Amino acid sequence: MISRRDLLKNTAKAVAGISVPLAALEILTPARVQALKTDKAVRWAFLVDTYKCVGCGLCVKACKNENEIPYDANVTRTWVERYVLTKDGRFFADSPKGARDGFISSKIDLGKGNYQDIKQEEIKKAFFVPKLCNQCENPPCVQVCPVGATYQAPDGVVLVDRTWCIGCGYCIMACPYGVRFFHPVHHTAEKCNFCYHRITKGMKSACVQACPFGARQIGNIKDPNDPVAKTITTERVGILKSEYGTKPQVYYIGLDEEVR
Amino acid sequence: MKNHVLRPLFVVVGLVVIVLLIRPFYVPKDFGVHERGYMYGWYREGNIEDWKKVTVKYQGKEYCKACHEDKVNTTDRTPHAIIQCENCHGPAMEHPSDPPKLAIDKSREQCLRCHSKLVYPSSGRAKLRGIDPENHNPGIECVMCHNPHKPSLEGLK
Repeated sequence: MISRRDLLKNTAKAVAGISVPLAALEILTPARVQALKTDKAVRWAFLVDTYKCVGCGLCVKACKNENEIPYDANVTRTWVERYVLTKDGRFFADSPKGARDGFISSKIDLGKGNYQDIKQEEIKKAFFVPKLCNQCENPPCVQVCPVGATYQAPDGVVLVDRTWCIGCGYCIMACPYGVRFFHPVHHTAEKCNFCYHRITKGMKSACVQACPFGARQIGNIKDPNDPVAKTITTERVGILKSEYGTKPQVYYIGLDEEVR
Repeated sequence: MKNHVLRPLFVVVGLVVIVLLIRPFYVPKDFGVHERGYMYGWYREGNIEDWKKVTVKYQGKEYCKACHEDKVNTTDRTPHAIIQCENCHGPAMEHPSDPPKLAIDKSREQCLRCHSKLVYPSSGRAKLRGIDPENHNPGIECVMCHNPHKPSLEGLK
């Protein structure tokens, strides 16, 4: 015959035993703990200061060379857009050759060989906006890939597996920012990956290094001492197309409502 | 059931079996669902290492300084100190072994990237010293008169 005291004791023991999850019994090696910690400690983010950008296009030149994007093909991982707003309410935007050769003329490229010259006194505001992959927290390009060829690495960068990509082009259609294209040589989807081979070696992305004016910066948003993380978390910054819910990780200082 | 109905069914079943047999050999071991789940984390893990192995081409000013300290020190005293050597001299890659000589971009267009005057308010471009390329010695290379390592007007050749 079991006493009431024993019944309550044993029940309490059994409940306590059952509520210990299996994961709590796993023995972790120090190496495994370190790996878990370091993986979580990096999330790459980009900061663009549009006030500092002068439209020289040295970033685009460096990017194309560094990442072996055919120099004369009209595709690029990053580009610079020029926005010109006139006092009488007209609005122009262009990016000839992705600004690979910079902006050396005041004539706006309207496409199909047409150019529009805007006189200095007509300009209300004019500025340059560098664009690149936003390495979204919720990347729509990754969602649509039918074969698992594009994915988000643990540090937040969206990569393309060239050996796995079948070239269906869904991701190119899905990206709201238009940063993806077909690589003319590999015939697979291609995109900016923050120069993954450089940032994982402790270097800056090629465009960040090439920019003479500090308009482009890259940093680890999970490191509270990172100057880029500090700016993003404590100052007023904007993102592109927030209405899509993609949570882009390229932050802009000095965004204007005309910039899309 | 009649044989002609069953025969295509056997073919389909046979194909499914063949695909299932090939699959374990064809799909790499590290392909599968990772940290961020099926929606964002379904991939071949080895590809991350593949991307890390891409060769670095732009080495940065410090790399140049190891041998060309005099040149770097000269430009560092000028407003052009903010410009990377490789922006004009091209990516160093494994220089001096490969390539032994770099192709320098001395073109007029290279200088005009910044120094073609564009008065764009709220952009850093407006603050740069610039010229009107159509009126300032058109057709002539800037380096005929200006020294990009000593860009001040006192540095004129």
